[in-house]
Amino acid sequence: MEDKILITEKLYAYYGEHCVLKDVNLEIPKFKITAIMGPSGCGKTTLLRCFNRLHELSPGGRIEGQIWLGKTNLLSLNPIMVRRKIGMVFQRPNPFPTMSIYDNVIAGYKLNGIKIKREEADQIVETSLKKAALWNEVKDFLHRKGTFLSGGQQQRLCIARALAMHPEALLLDEPTSALDPKSTAHIEELIIELKDSVTIVIVTHNIGQAGRVADYTAFLYLGELVEFGPTERLFTAPKDKRTEEYLSGKFG
Amino acid sequence: MKEIERNCKKRLFLNWFVQALVFVITGLSLVPLFFILFYLTKQGIGSVNWSFLTHLPRPVGESGGGVLNAIIGTLIIASLSTIMAIPIGVTAGIYLAEKKTGKLVHLLRLSTDILQSTPSIVLGVIAYLWIVKPAQSFSAFSGSVALAMMMLPTIVSSTEETLKLIPYTLKEASLALGVPYYRTVLKVILPSGISGILTGTLLGIARIAGETAPLLFTAFGSPYLNFNLFKPMNALPLVIFNYASSPYLEWWRQAWGASFILIVMVLCFNLLAKWGASKWKIKF
Repeated sequence: MEDKILITEKLYAYYGEHCVLKDVNLEIPKFKITAIMGPSGCGKTTLLRCFNRLHELSPGGRIEGQIWLGKTNLLSLNPIMVRRKIGMVFQRPNPFPTMSIYDNVIAGYKLNGIKIKREEADQIVETSLKKAALWNEVKDFLHRKGTFLSGGQQQRLCIARALAMHPEALLLDEPTSALDPKSTAHIEELIIELKDSVTIVIVTHNIGQAGRVADYTAFLYLGELVEFGPTERLFTAPKDKRTEEYLSGKFG
Repeated sequence: MKEIERNCKKRLFLNWFVQALVFVITGLSLVPLFFILFYLTKQGIGSVNWSFLTHLPRPVGESGGGVLNAIIGTLIIASLSTIMAIPIGVTAGIYLAEKKTGKLVHLLRLSTDILQSTPSIVLGVIAYLWIVKPAQSFSAFSGSVALAMMMLPTIVSSTEETLKLIPYTLKEASLALGVPYYRTVLKVILPSGISGILTGTLLGIARIAGETAPLLFTAFGSPYLNFNLFKPMNALPLVIFNYASSPYLEWWRQAWGASFILIVMVLCFNLLAKWGASKWKIKF
């Protein structure tokens, strides 16, 4: 078996009294794409937000159980350090409206007050934008505000912003749900290209998307991890009846 | 079929009627404003000339003289109150927008509302008790404190309202990069809301620039050009108040002139605020 990078053990997540995740035991392999799918309200996004500990910031957000980042206990780390190691891209593109494209990419350094040399910053911006397949489109106006870009471009800018921090894992929360089909295809290609350098966990509403991009797929239903395995196996020979029903469109 | 046609006609007529009504009412509400502007210009513009803007007041009996000291005094006092009100007001606004609920939030909101509706003369009396009486002297500083208290509610609520409109996703974007909460507020939330905060501040300045009551027992007024913040200082509203209630014709004329200058200043601030709001607007 490959290396595991994110491991949850008996993970429970709550909003106040409401239990959103029940006993989730998941091992996410390194340098692979793992999709988390399931119907609305099954806890996909919550699970993703446990990994970078954004869940704790929601009112009443609480986690029980264990999460491991490699060999370190993720819950014993400072949340701020966790978020610098694990990047996240959200449903709706959210570049910083006050910053230029350039500043958006190195926002992780700027906002954190991490001093970097000019040449180093230039280098980070260029490689991150290239990795996010946006460099050719924006290289001539790096110092303009990022908000005039199209939705798909903005989302790739957000991916570049996350990659600039050299994260160990990249969490994508339905990154294409607000985009048109063409931008969606573009982002999916990009995700597949990225997996050589970073582990990717993608939450998706779209079964097709999981099938197209993911090496492994987890199916979540009502806060429980129903099934987890290589995407091909899960799609062709689901072990659980609920997975089969979901895949054939009986609910969700 | 006929039924529908008749119904349609009725709709169209009603639409026309309501639209006309809205126009008439809008026109009516503008009448007082235009009347004030017209009358002030007619009465005031005659007394305004270069020497009125650049000379100090002269004693009764001597012709000429101007309000230079009052214009400068108004600018100094208004700037000083802005400097005092912005840090407190913006901080309180951030707290209200970020915390949203809780005992302190409730208390803060209540005090802001009360301060908003406190008569301006009461604020003047308070500033007198706090500063003028212990210092044994009227001063521009005490006037600024009174006006700063008047400005506070405007700044607090404009900051709060602006920051509440900033999408939560922006905050998440910053937090997900591992940016600590305080830096997120200072470097992401605040810059995104800067246009609303500045507009609110400019409107606040426009509001206090014409206040007389808080200055009566604080800045007090002075016939000299004074730059010392701890001495009495003149201001345009004080000139208007003192001259208009005097028995001299020449002073009445000058009061009109000062009123004209004051309203032009206030209008400029309002227009600046409007222009700034569109210029600095940030698209999300």
